[in-house]
Parts: sequence; C-alpha cells; structure tokens
Amino acid sequence: MILTTSGQIGDLLRRVRTIAIVGASANTLRPSYTVFSYLRRQPEYDVTPINPTIVAVDGVEAFASLAAYAAARGSPDVVDVFRRPNELVGVVREAVAAGAKAIWFQYGVIDRDAIALADENGLDVVVDRCMKVEHARISGGLSTSGLNSGVITARWRPSGRSRERH
Amino acid sequence: MVQQEREFGFMTRALHAGTPPDPATGARAMPLYQTAAYVFSSTEHAAELFALRGYGHIYSRISNPTVAAFEERMASLEGGLGAIACSSGLAAQLCLVLSLAQAGDHLVCTQSVYGGTVTQLSVTIKRMGIDTTFVPAGEPDAVAAAIRPETKLVFVETIGNPSGVVADLPAFAALAHDAGVPLVVDNTFATPYLCRPIERGADIVVHSATKFINGHGTSIGGVLIESGTFPWHNGRFPLLSQPSPGYHQKVFTEAFGEYAFLMRARAEVLRDVGAQMSPMDAWLMLLGLETLALRVERHVANAKTIAAFLKNRPEVAWVREPALGSIFTFGLRGGRAAGRRFIDALELWSHLANVGDAKSLVIHPASTTHSQLTDEDMRKAGVEPESVRLSVGLEDVEDHIWDLDNALRA
Repeated sequence: MILTTSGQIGDLLRRVRTIAIVGASANTLRPSYTVFSYLRRQPEYDVTPINPTIVAVDGVEAFASLAAYAAARGSPDVVDVFRRPNELVGVVREAVAAGAKAIWFQYGVIDRDAIALADENGLDVVVDRCMKVEHARISGGLSTSGLNSGVITARWRPSGRSRERH
Repeated sequence: MVQQEREFGFMTRALHAGTPPDPATGARAMPLYQTAAYVFSSTEHAAELFALRGYGHIYSRISNPTVAAFEERMASLEGGLGAIACSSGLAAQLCLVLSLAQAGDHLVCTQSVYGGTVTQLSVTIKRMGIDTTFVPAGEPDAVAAAIRPETKLVFVETIGNPSGVVADLPAFAALAHDAGVPLVVDNTFATPYLCRPIERGADIVVHSATKFINGHGTSIGGVLIESGTFPWHNGRFPLLSQPSPGYHQKVFTEAFGEYAFLMRARAEVLRDVGAQMSPMDAWLMLLGLETLALRVERHVANAKTIAAFLKNRPEVAWVREPALGSIFTFGLRGGRAAGRRFIDALELWSHLANVGDAKSLVIHPASTTHSQLTDEDMRKAGVEPESVRLSVGLEDVEDHIWDLDNALRA
C-alpha cells in the first residue's frame, strides 16, 4: 500500500523498530549520512547501513547487501533507500527477498516500476519523503525550527526529546 | 507538504497551530521561554545540532521555542512549509533578500509598496550592490520586461500602502515563474485571514507582524513564510544550490530538499544578520493571532461604514474605498492645510505612524511616512499631498463617526 498522509506515515514510523538504510554513506556531507545519524540516535530504532563499499558508519557495522543483513539479523521492518532511480527495481526485489515489510524512497528516489513492484508484493511504500523529516514531524523536531508540522492537538504528550541517545 | 488527515479551519489553526500543550509541563498557554541559550546533553549532541543533523535549540539568535511556535502558527495560517520571525518587517525583508541575492544581482518591485520598503531597496540594499527595478503595480507585464538573467525575486504587496491597489497575484506569479523567479508578496495589510498569497501562486510571503498580527500595537516584528514548492535548484540560485562557505560547504538544495530555502535563511542569514524576534514579542504575537479573524472582520465592517460616511461629506474631495482590508485614504478639499486642521482636531483617532492596531489610527503620509520621496515618486506610490490615511480600529463605529464629524467641521 502506498502511504501518502501524515497519519499513515506517522503510524509506520511508530510501528517499525529495525531500519536498513540502502546507500547509507560515511561521508558526513551526504544526506544519507545525515538521515542515518539522526535515526540512529532515536532510542526506538535499530538502524543499519547497507553499503558494500564501507565497513561501518560511526561504529555501526555495515552489511554489503540486504540478503547479508537478513541472514545475520532477520527481516528489516523497513528499508530506507538512497539509490539512483534505475537501480530501484533491483532494490525492491532484494527488499522483498529479505522479508522487509515496508520500503521508503527518499527525496527524488523515484521509479514507477519499483513503486508498483513493492506495492504488488504487499509492502507499505513511502515515496519522495525524508524519514528524518517525517520522524521530526511526529516528534516535535520540525516545530523547533518554525516548520509547519501540521500537528493540531490539545492532548498533552510529555516530552520525548530528552530520550534521544547521545 | 505531506497530506494531513483533516484540514482544520483558520480559527482552529489560529488558536492551536504551533502550540500543543507544552511537552515539558502540560502548560496550556504557550510558555515564554525567555532564555538566551540551551544546554547540550553531550558533546555529541552539540556537534549534531551545529552540523544541522539534529533538531533542537542552540542559541536564541537562531531559534527559540516561543518564537518557533509563532513561526509555525504563521506558516500554518499562510499555508506555507515554514516561517522565520524577525525583529521587524524590514528585518524579514533584509533576511529574504540576503538569502537569495548577492552583489551583482537584481530585484524587481512594484512602485506602490510601503515607502520604507522603497528606501530599503533603493538605498541600503542598492549600496550592497543589489539593484532594484521599480515597475507600476497595475501592470504585471512590466515585470516580465524588467526581469534580467540576474534577477532573484519579484516583490509586490497584496494591498499597496497606502494606495490601496490590490495586486493581481496569479498574473504576477505566472510572469515570475515563466522567468524562473519566485514571487514574494508583502501580505501585511490583507493578513492571511483575507488573502493567502501562496494559494494564488506566491512562493514567499512577508509581513510586518507589528500590524494586524500583533493587533494591539505592543511590539515590532516581522515574519517570512515560504511555500516549499519553488524549484531552487533551477540554476538561478547558487546561494542555495552551490556549496556554501558559510556552512561546511553544504549544498542546501541537496541536503534539505524542499526545506533548502528555510534552512539557509535561518542557519546562515538569520544567524549572521542577528535580526531575530525576541521571545516576549513572539509571545505577544501568538496571543494576537488567536483573535486575528474576529478582529479583522470588525475592522473591515467599521471601515466600510466609515468610508460610506466620508463619501457623503461636502468637505471630502475623494475616498479610496478599500477593496480589501480596513486601511484606506481620502482627500480633503483644501489640500495640505485642511488635512493638518482635520488631524489636529481629532479626539479618538491616534495620530501616529502605524496601522493595524485595535485602536483607530490616522496619519498624513505626505508629511510623514512618505516625506523621503519626491512629489513625483509619491504620486507613483499613490499618495497625493492631501491624502489622509485611516487605519480603522475596533471602537464603536458611532464614536468613530462622531469624532470624524467634529474634525471635518473644525
């Protein structure tokens, strides 16, 4: 199912625990590093880089492929993808084979065939969104920067910010 | 922007956007976080914040929880992606220009804008090597002719100050976008309750928040709101799409996607200009926004009644009835001298240089707000020597009319 609303995307982010980031970089200037670094510091997540060209990012062991990850760690709850559009059908096949329940395509990571293939295989799919931004939307991070989170509520949700791991 | 489950109404957002119950205490009113700086939980936390990889506050020149709540509420009411609050409307405009332009660049602006904006662009910003071409407000086609390869933005006001000219925003937006340039709209006089420029094609909205947003004449402030839909990577905006020497060689369009403009405007420009809004002022602005819709409705109703009254008076030569909003000008027979006699005889209308207060305000633009302009430039801006500008307040309209009647007879 393709998830489009803030509620659907927020539910996914509250549900998942293990995140495999395909294309995570050790170069601190790359967006994929920023997203990895941010998600790794959220206590509810277990985040792993998937990249055959690196051994580890910030001390977190990287796996060469989703298959290698699944063999060692089991199926990831969600695969977050930073790859070129022409590689995405292959990434979806690997995600399905690894037993992933959801796949997330970051900003500009868009391929219609890959989206359709993931949807047909029963995965939850998020397209052209940033996992860091959407997590910040539901956890109050966007609001600290004057960004429009869309959150309207009169319920008290005690602070979770202090839970961030450092 | 991501789609929401429910699109809440304007009044609901004016009361709630940006201010869920305080996460730390459950406080229902937005707390006033009157602090200069914020403790890091570890050296790693500090490094993540400085590298813009985490969300949180460092120093109140860059962000503050109370100011952020005001920014988010403004972004919500204007239908934008986010907002940046500044120490004044002119400060917001300076941050806007410096976020997109540098020496050698060019801007296009309509002639009928606020006199302070004309001076800022044609004197102070011109000295920085950024040139502005002014075009007639009623002629969107003149914009297309004025746009050059180095043009970074087109600036218009929803309602000209004090001319009252209402801009054809979709026409301006289409011409600007055809050239790959964003449309910036000063929405101060209309407020997001009467007009939301982003819905009509604008890319950035600026306000003097001192006016209707604050609503009670207690604070100076400004805010800029961005839509998040302009293609900043179109090749015209190297400050956003090339490595930034001001921030670890970061390429903002790559690192932040749709948030590129807002992130650079805050992390580099607001940081370096130092024109942030104070927490106390943001707190007052938040309070003002809660009643914006109610106040604007009464402002507009009173203005209509008063314009009709003035039109029937023999002492009045002309009335420029507001097509939108509650600020308008009229001319007295007898020119400048009659204007002075009228203003000096008023009891209830405050003679001062401001608009959008709950209290009624009056001014003679030719001898005050527009006195830096030549007569010719003043006429281009829609100001005649005999013009009197009214900002109609929330007093009983019968009392407004009693006072105007007495002053007209003086």
